[in-house]
Amino acid sequence: METIISIKPLLAVLVSLVAVGPIVASGSRPNMREAWTFLAGIIKFGLVVSMVPLVLRGNVLEYTLVEVLPGLAIQFRVDPMGMLFALVSSSLWIVTSAYSIGYMRGLDEHSQTRYFSFFAVALSATIGVAFSANLFTMYLFYEMLSLATYPLVTHHQDDEARFSGRKYLGFILGTSIGFVLPAMLMTYFAAGTLDFAHQGIMTGLFSKSTMTVLLLMFVFGFAKAGIMPFHAWLPAAMVAPTPVSALLHAVAVVKVGVFSIFRVLTGIFGTNLLLSLNLGTLLCYIAAFTILTASLIALSQDGLKRRLAFSTIGQLSYIVLGASLLSPKALTGGLVHIAMHAFGKITLFMCAGAIFVATGKKYISEMVGIGKRMPVTMTAFLVGSLSVIGLPPTGGFISKWFLVLGTLEADQIVMLVVLLGSSLLNAAYFLPIVYRAFFCTPEESMFEAKVQEAPPWCVVPLVVTAICSIGLFFYPQPFFDLASLAVQIIVGG
Amino acid sequence: MILYEQSPALLVVIPLLSAFAINIFGLYNRRLCFPIAFLALAATLGAATMTLARVLQAGPISYRLGGWPPPFGIEYVIDHLNGLVLVTIAFVSFLAVIFAKLSVEKELPDKIPQFYTLFVLLVTGLLGMTATGDAFNLYVLLEIAALTGYALIALGDNRALVASFNYVILGTIGASFYLLGVGHLYIMTGSLNMGDLLTILPGLYATRAIFVAFLLVLCGVWLKMAFFPLHTWLPNAYTYAPSAVGCLVAPLVTKVSVYIMIRVMLSVFSSHYVFEVLALTGPIVWLAVAAIIFGSIQALAQDNLKKMLTYLIVAEVGYMVGGVWLATGYGISGAILHIVNDALMTFCLFVFAGIVTYKTGGHMLSDLQGLYRKMPVTMTGFTVVALSMIGVPPTAGFFSKWYLILGAIEAGSYHFMVALLVSSLVNAILFFRIIEITFFEPKMDHHTGHAPEITINEAPFSMLMPLLVVALGLIIIGIYSGTIVTNIIQHSVPGGLL
Repeated sequence: METIISIKPLLAVLVSLVAVGPIVASGSRPNMREAWTFLAGIIKFGLVVSMVPLVLRGNVLEYTLVEVLPGLAIQFRVDPMGMLFALVSSSLWIVTSAYSIGYMRGLDEHSQTRYFSFFAVALSATIGVAFSANLFTMYLFYEMLSLATYPLVTHHQDDEARFSGRKYLGFILGTSIGFVLPAMLMTYFAAGTLDFAHQGIMTGLFSKSTMTVLLLMFVFGFAKAGIMPFHAWLPAAMVAPTPVSALLHAVAVVKVGVFSIFRVLTGIFGTNLLLSLNLGTLLCYIAAFTILTASLIALSQDGLKRRLAFSTIGQLSYIVLGASLLSPKALTGGLVHIAMHAFGKITLFMCAGAIFVATGKKYISEMVGIGKRMPVTMTAFLVGSLSVIGLPPTGGFISKWFLVLGTLEADQIVMLVVLLGSSLLNAAYFLPIVYRAFFCTPEESMFEAKVQEAPPWCVVPLVVTAICSIGLFFYPQPFFDLASLAVQIIVGG
Repeated sequence: MILYEQSPALLVVIPLLSAFAINIFGLYNRRLCFPIAFLALAATLGAATMTLARVLQAGPISYRLGGWPPPFGIEYVIDHLNGLVLVTIAFVSFLAVIFAKLSVEKELPDKIPQFYTLFVLLVTGLLGMTATGDAFNLYVLLEIAALTGYALIALGDNRALVASFNYVILGTIGASFYLLGVGHLYIMTGSLNMGDLLTILPGLYATRAIFVAFLLVLCGVWLKMAFFPLHTWLPNAYTYAPSAVGCLVAPLVTKVSVYIMIRVMLSVFSSHYVFEVLALTGPIVWLAVAAIIFGSIQALAQDNLKKMLTYLIVAEVGYMVGGVWLATGYGISGAILHIVNDALMTFCLFVFAGIVTYKTGGHMLSDLQGLYRKMPVTMTGFTVVALSMIGVPPTAGFFSKWYLILGAIEAGSYHFMVALLVSSLVNAILFFRIIEITFFEPKMDHHTGHAPEITINEAPFSMLMPLLVVALGLIIIGIYSGTIVTNIIQHSVPGGLL
């Protein structure tokens, strides 16, 4: 393995931040403004993709921006794990930008310039987290993401947005300042560094009880991962425009949470240390509790976006579970699930938004017979559902397969049961929606039989992500190879 | 290079002479007041920067006023610690005078010469206190700063008069305590020169008189810096002072007092005496915790923007006192770094309050409605400062907290760490409350979103510029805090603690 000094990671982070300037400047010409967004998105994706071959060959790209404190720098490092996450977020940003145009213009939303600007900032922060070389840099971008998302969550500027915004920041900022910051400082004080290392930096520094407390502070502190009881911000954040929910609250923000947990478990603690202290099992149960509870709550939600939100909470804990099982297959499954769940869930959110744009409906009980009216959208919804449930022929199957194998490998049969039970629950809260949309008597149907889809800007993106979800079943290599490589480094290094 | 050689004296002489000039020329033409003050403070900033550069290059400077050798004459001693504080004072007061121009014309139209005269005299006092190496000379300059401070605050409305009167009484008690303490020291040692005292005192550490002297001086500066529970004079005085006065006194006076505490502790007494001989660190850190929690809770209870900020000052003083008394290298570094950071942050916040007063005539939280639409640039600057107050990286506020918390961990004072975190969270609530009011109110229709009657109405450039410069500075200082600590601050931390 070779370390290459390259400015590319920095550029990949900065490009969307720099794009804020032209986006604001061309605020009065919407087409121009969106062109900047696309340009930034394509450059960002291009930069990320251009680093893939190097990473797959086992190299690591590194760039140090500035050494802020002695031994503590704002530093980027592109390794397979970060690359996987960056690839997911940067590719989906382009799709979501197209969808944003359809959605925001379809509803004639206000303050679109602000919307696109903060979206770009949020993406910079996301890639920043993906490429962070140490916990300090990650914390910096983590906080930047929390703050950049606030104006997006509260976009409508009404009372509901205000209270949701409060909840959002209350949970996310409260936990990151209250838990992560002190835990990070204690780690730094004892270890003298915060760099992610293959087998962690904590070995021998603390007693087991202190180690447990620190671990819990990190895991709950990254509340973006939605581990109960710090999940309540996610359903509240559904007040945001749907593209925000789609990209940020199904992909970027929440995955930053689980990615951070993944990094801390593997890079700060190290799998061997966690195994020797038997701390993984504790985390498994925490994740399992969230998986099951969130799925049960999702069953009872009538708001489509709220149901999706609770589904997301459950699915995020799959990834945490993958990390906590600490076995190679489970780690691989968890990492691949970052990608697979992203493509599936973003499709579902975009469908929810398309339904809202076309019909103004938000509640599942109002969607009987909608399949006749919006067949393309609902077919995509089916694909997304299958992927999240983990059924072939969708990408979700692959990641769930590895997670299940991982439970066997780690000899955690309880977790196996949890995963399978959760799949059943997922099916129970998704499939009825699809079934009622297509199969109902003409009297029951709430829509005319005439086909009337949302504008193409809305429909095309969700079709693309649905096709990707299927494609990833047959061709999961890019993400799978990166995940295997990452696990090799974690376990073998 | 005579200017170069004399820079420590110029620091004080320039603003002092400009006070006379402003007074005289202001009688004929009050429009001359601002340019004179502006030029004088610009020159002062130059002298301060030059002095710090000299210290960084060649180490501490000893300057003998009038050529009299210490310990008989007055000596100015500039080392890394006060070099940094001097630049901070000069920088903030330079920006404050720029902000003051329009604010004073609006709020105090018939007191312009008085205002500028007192303003530069206050700066003189603060710079002198910081530069001097003589315990009694410090008292004189302390009184110059205090008296001009009382007068400046009293320039405000009727409530300012009462507040200023309270401040006079408590401030005078504080100064008397200090003087009494210095008197004890003089009787015991026969010297007033700090360097001299440092060498004589160790033989007397066991005596009760020295202990009393230390306590008197400590209580005196605590009163001056409004350290809980001696803070009662501060909130009203700073709330009802004219905006331009608030921008000068709020960031600087308490911070200079913290500097004096550190100076007395480390350069008159010694870290050995204050941290080891006296068993005071525990109780004082607890007191600092109380200050932080009390200030934060009081700030939450305010619906007046300026008053909220004044209670935050009380909390921030707790940060610095606690940081010093943690008696660890990280803690002292953090406290010194926070002197700079907090001066800049408080300055920005009072400039923001001043802009609101200038534009709306009030400084209640309800006066802030719709500000994101009316003043997007001002609010951008404010948001950066708010993030720094909360402690979000890479702003400066994050790094002072970083050092202070490391200090708490090093000292095992986890209660202090918790207090800092609680204060961060309270600051998050406080500032996001303001952001909510400015962003969500007045209410507007969903989707149409065009709240009528709100058009962009930005603050004038001369008020905006100081805010933006310092807001940007907070980010730059944040990124370079490691450099600042390693190259400047660590020289001031007692060797045994690093």
